[in-house]
Amino acid sequence: MNHISMDAVRAAEARAWSTPLADLAPADPQLFKDNAHWAYFERLRKEDPIHFTRDSEFGPYWSITKYKDIMAVDTNHKVFSSLSTLGGIAIRDQRADFPLPMFIAMDPPIHDAQRKVVSPIVAPGNLAILEHTIRERAQTILDGLPRGEAFDWVDRVSIELTTQMLATLFDFPFHDRRKLTRWSDVATSVAGPGGVVETEEQRQAELRECAGYFMTLWNQRVNAPPTTDLISMLAHGESTRNMTPQEFLGNLILLIVGGNDTTRNSLTGGLYAFSKFPAQYQKLRANHDLLDSTVPEIIRWQTPLAHMRRTAVSDIELGGKHIKAGDKVIMWYVSGNRDEEVIENPNELVVDRARPRQHLSFGFGVHRCVGNRLAEMQLRIVWEEILKRDLDIEVLEEPERVMSTFVRGYTSMPVRIRN
Amino acid sequence: MPKVTFIEHNGTAHTVEAANGESLMRAAVDNNVPGIDGDCGGECACATCHVYVEADWWEKVGGRTETEETMLSFAAATKDNSRLCCQIMMSDALDGIVVHTPDGQH
Repeated sequence: MNHISMDAVRAAEARAWSTPLADLAPADPQLFKDNAHWAYFERLRKEDPIHFTRDSEFGPYWSITKYKDIMAVDTNHKVFSSLSTLGGIAIRDQRADFPLPMFIAMDPPIHDAQRKVVSPIVAPGNLAILEHTIRERAQTILDGLPRGEAFDWVDRVSIELTTQMLATLFDFPFHDRRKLTRWSDVATSVAGPGGVVETEEQRQAELRECAGYFMTLWNQRVNAPPTTDLISMLAHGESTRNMTPQEFLGNLILLIVGGNDTTRNSLTGGLYAFSKFPAQYQKLRANHDLLDSTVPEIIRWQTPLAHMRRTAVSDIELGGKHIKAGDKVIMWYVSGNRDEEVIENPNELVVDRARPRQHLSFGFGVHRCVGNRLAEMQLRIVWEEILKRDLDIEVLEEPERVMSTFVRGYTSMPVRIRN
Repeated sequence: MPKVTFIEHNGTAHTVEAANGESLMRAAVDNNVPGIDGDCGGECACATCHVYVEADWWEKVGGRTETEETMLSFAAATKDNSRLCCQIMMSDALDGIVVHTPDGQH
């Protein structure tokens, strides 16, 4: 780790324990960029597991930090709404001037109807059909990597692989596939100098370009017989074929971000975790059957989305705290997945945990990640192919992280294959 | 102890014991029965313990709750005899129950 980020972590840890509890505000993007948020949540889990922050750049919000409390909020969609018009599913309120309605940010019953259209394409039966293509593409990517010299794992493997998968799912023109990566980054970005986009105008212009591109694909598919790709399914689905252009764009962004960022960062996070816990990798190397438990463990350890947000629509008491209608409630998955009461040695990656599937990364209840099996399959295939080749991959430097309280991601991680 | 038999999609049967009051999901997971994931640990919040209940047992297992109905509606390949087996608690009346697992949990 370089000196600057090590200092940032130490300073943040000191602040986490010295700040008066009432002023503790974990939703600070810089903390996440510096990977320095852990101590904040450790303290909250110990001292104030359901914590209210009065003032922040995101306004006032509740932090839910323990596994069981997060489960209680996630499974109570009648009180804790995901509705975009109330602010949506992330701590930063969805913009009212450029609404992007998507089923993740809807409540039942409309949510249920739209989700059911998308769900079959990522169900086990359909995934079995995709597995062969995904494996071939993973093999090609791995076999094309340089040996003995430094390269960026994020760009060459994580982004490339997840983008190819997404292009496959959408039946998206393959040569244009990096547009999907760009749109995913733009959609989750906050406009600002030095950011993914400089201005909000630029952000909206790029998302309109995305909408236009997909509208062309939609028009092609809607006039053709139904096929098994996602756009065709949306164009022909009873609950989705009459979507407004905003709804279409919103649901596309959901699928692009959902199918891109999360898997991408778990692919990087897994390799990074093994560099921290090399004995665990040796255990897996000696027994490939442990991949069944390793894959969910990587997803827990990484927690690619740090939080999901809800808005209370009625007053409710939770753990002795009074949450009022209209309050913003943040379920910190990144904290619940480190809850010592539920997960033993939670900070460590352990490839043979007894119950590795019990983690919060996919959420629970009606909004549970629809693509969870696809994500697991992609990770499993990549690690199967790495193990088959017995690649000895060295992480050369600490990765660069994303400046976000939502996406826990990596922008680059230099590595070298030693053999 | 009462017994439950899980029959995998490929026909392989696994008979395991389950204490009265314990869910069939818990019995499956604790005995490493393939085809039952139980990701949420029995909160009726993930639909990864989906089973098909054999006709002889359907009446005895009771009905679905509203939450189970909703979660099942997002699962793949559901049928009239689909249940989430974290919501089926073992009892003497269910001793010998037979359920089938789908080709995958989603």
